[in-house]
Amino acid sequence: MEVLEGLYYSKDHEWVKVEGDKAYIGITDYAQHSLGNIVYIELPEVGAELSAGDVLGVVESVKAASDVYTPVDGKVLEVNNAIVDDPSLVNNDPYGSWMALVELKDKSQLDNLMTAEEYKKFLDEE
Amino acid sequence: MVCLDNLKKTPLFELYKKYNGKIIDFAGWALPVQFESIISEHEAVRNAAGLFDVSHMGEITVKGREAFNFLQNLITNDLSKLKGNQVLYTFMCNYNGGVVDDLLVYKYSDEHFYLVVNAANIEKDYKWMKDNKGVYEVEINNISDEISELAIQGPKAEEILQKLTDTDLSQIKFFCFKDNVKIAGIECLVSRTGYTGEDGFEIYMPNKYAVELWEKIVEVGKEYGLKPAGLGARDTLRFEAGLPLYGNELSEEITPLEAGFEFFVKFDKGNFIGKDALLKQKEEGLKRKIVGFEMIDNGIPRHGYEVRAHNQKIGYVTTGYFSPTLKKNIGLALIDSKYAQLGNQIEIVIRNKPLKALIISKNFYKKNYKK
Repeated sequence: MEVLEGLYYSKDHEWVKVEGDKAYIGITDYAQHSLGNIVYIELPEVGAELSAGDVLGVVESVKAASDVYTPVDGKVLEVNNAIVDDPSLVNNDPYGSWMALVELKDKSQLDNLMTAEEYKKFLDEE
Repeated sequence: MVCLDNLKKTPLFELYKKYNGKIIDFAGWALPVQFESIISEHEAVRNAAGLFDVSHMGEITVKGREAFNFLQNLITNDLSKLKGNQVLYTFMCNYNGGVVDDLLVYKYSDEHFYLVVNAANIEKDYKWMKDNKGVYEVEINNISDEISELAIQGPKAEEILQKLTDTDLSQIKFFCFKDNVKIAGIECLVSRTGYTGEDGFEIYMPNKYAVELWEKIVEVGKEYGLKPAGLGARDTLRFEAGLPLYGNELSEEITPLEAGFEFFVKFDKGNFIGKDALLKQKEEGLKRKIVGFEMIDNGIPRHGYEVRAHNQKIGYVTTGYFSPTLKKNIGLALIDSKYAQLGNQIEIVIRNKPLKALIISKNFYKKNYKK
């Protein structure tokens, strides 16, 4: 499974890519692989104020629907409608297919997440 | 990860790894939900061929002087129309008309039948059959643990399988079978049946030959585009073709009439278990029935989701998917008959939101059988 350096990772298999006070959030290669063919995606409203642990969106494979949680607090600035139109993008390029761009409320929350190294170890134990 | 230790395994279990099978717990069995991906396997079956391990299915033999009479009383379809080497799809009902199981009956002779039942129901069916044996002179044997089953399905199925046998497969017609067919040198029971809406064969053999036959078919089938296929594709394929799944569209609480399969219930054949209840239901009219629907709003219906009309619950979704062939969100639902007319608008509750859907014909995909 591909794990990109420089991103933060959650135990629920979301990734967070920080750019200044903003962060892109998506699901990892491991997550898309476990789900299988993704056929439907629901994203949050732009402007929504989310707390860490809130549902960021829904990703549905052929077999089942799964919630995606935001690992950090933040206000949704943008959503990636391209993946709503073609959900298979997430299968093909999970790290390029972000779900939402959020304005970070509390950057110290990033300390609760895993680095690429830590996430790789975490996957080995899964 | 699924804990596999306590699950039953088919003879092909060790082979799944080689083909990247993703294993799940299906009714107590460790089976592959997919190998490559559900959609690519689904498409392989619609356009070329797919190979399924369905060894979990149960096989029960019924033999004896009164085998015919015993089964005619047990099942809803009419066995008297069945000739030797033909296969019958039927229900076995309880006294309330609910479905104990749906099954295939293979006829060797009036004294010898071979039944294929759902994996989750093997023990229940076997007990039900013995409990209803009464004074019939029959011998009932559950041989499920000895028999493996492979299904090769798709428009290229016959061409592929023909490469491995001298028996002229074109002579095995739709819902017919032939025993002792040598495929890759292995003696098999072969029927032109399946659960995908495509042409194809179901192949039964003793467990010890299953791995060898699987490998041979994969090898020969490769150049035709055959792919190993898992339970995920099996379910999307059968669903598109309007074929019911026990536990979803059929159960002890749902009758064949409610499920829309009266065709397989022959009231004029004489007595059978469940007949009185089913006849009464038919005369009084169905209070609920299974319908097909297509989502108008965007969302994927799933098994168990609530169905509403006029802000009232009118039923639930029995199966729903994003259809890989039709590229639409469609489903089957058991609903109050008052709302069941084609063209009616209903609502499917998805994550607490009622989303609009339209009732359409259940035959989502036109079956592609070779008759």
